[in-house]
Amino acid sequence: MRTFLATLLFVCAVLSMTPATAFEIDQPLDDPALEQRARDLSRSFRCLVCQNQSIFDSDASLAIDLRRVVRERIVAGDSDAQVEQFLVARYGDYVLLKPPLKPKTYLLWFGPLLIGALAVMGVFAYFRGQRARAATPAPLSADERARLDALLEDESDT
Amino acid sequence: MRRLIYIVPAGVFVLIAGFFLAGLYLKPAEIPTVLVDKPVPEFDLPALDARTQGLASSDLSGAVSVVNVFASWCLPCRVEHPLLMELSKAGTINLYGINYKNKPDDARGWLDELGDPFQRIGADLDGRVGIDLGVYGVPETFFIGRDGRIKYKHIGPITVEDMERRIRPLIEKLNQ
Repeated sequence: MRTFLATLLFVCAVLSMTPATAFEIDQPLDDPALEQRARDLSRSFRCLVCQNQSIFDSDASLAIDLRRVVRERIVAGDSDAQVEQFLVARYGDYVLLKPPLKPKTYLLWFGPLLIGALAVMGVFAYFRGQRARAATPAPLSADERARLDALLEDESDT
Repeated sequence: MRRLIYIVPAGVFVLIAGFFLAGLYLKPAEIPTVLVDKPVPEFDLPALDARTQGLASSDLSGAVSVVNVFASWCLPCRVEHPLLMELSKAGTINLYGINYKNKPDDARGWLDELGDPFQRIGADLDGRVGIDLGVYGVPETFFIGRDGRIKYKHIGPITVEDMERRIRPLIEKLNQ
C-alpha cells in the first residue's frame, strides 16, 4: 500500500510538471510575431538525428543549430516557403515532417484511398453475390426431392 | 469468384510482408545526400590552427578530393582514423578535413595522438558549413570529383569493408 501511494504520488508529480520546451535554451527573436513564425515553422522540420521529432521538440545539437538557421532566415526576410526550400536544398525532402505531394509520393498520399476503394468494391461484390444466391435458391437434387416427397407424404397420412 | 475471398487476403498479406522484409534491410538512419552531382556549396573555413591551412570550396576542384568531417569528441571518428591515415599515405587523392564543432585545442591534441592525415583542415566552429553540406552527424565523408562536384557521401565511420567494396573502386573511377 505504501509503495502504491508512493508510486501514485510520483506519477502525479510527473504529470503536473509543465514540459520544458527545447526552445528555452534558444535566444528568442525580439519580434514576437517573427518568433511565433519561427516556432511554428520549426514544428514542420524533422530533426535528422532523432528522426521522428521535429527540430522544435529536439534537444539535439543539430536541432538547436537548425532552429537558429530558421530564425536567421526569417529575420533575413525569407517567406516560410523559402525557409523550407533552404533546408530541403541541404537535407532533402526528408527534413520535412509532412512529405510533399509529387509524382514520387502519389502512392504514399493516395495509397490508403486506393486500398479503401478496393475494399469497398470487394464488400459490394460480396454482398451482390450473396443476394443473387439468396434470390434464386439452387434447385433440389434428386435425393433432396425424394426426402421432401417422403416427408410430405408422411404428413398427408396423419 | 468465391475463391477470391481466400486469394485476395493472402495476396495482400504476401505483399505487405514483402514490404516489411525489404524494410528490414533498409538503413533509416542513413539519409542519402541531395547534393550528389551538385557542385560543393561555397564555403571558406579558417585553419584549425597555425600548423595547417584552412579549407575553402575552391580547394576542391582540379583534383579528386575527399573531405572528412570529424571531431575529437566523436568516437566513431577514432574507429575510422587508421583507414584515413592509410588513404592519405596512398596519395591517390587529396584528403582534407573539416573539424566540426570542436575546440581547436582538443582537435589538435587528438591529431597529435592519432596522426594527422589531412592536407588542410578547416575549422567549422559553429557547424554552419556542416549545415550547408547537409551534415547531420559525424563522421561523414565526401568524395569530390575533379569537376568540384560531390560524387558520394559516406555516412558514419568508414570500415575496412566499406573501403574495399565501395571507396577504393570509387576513387579509382574518379581518378580515371
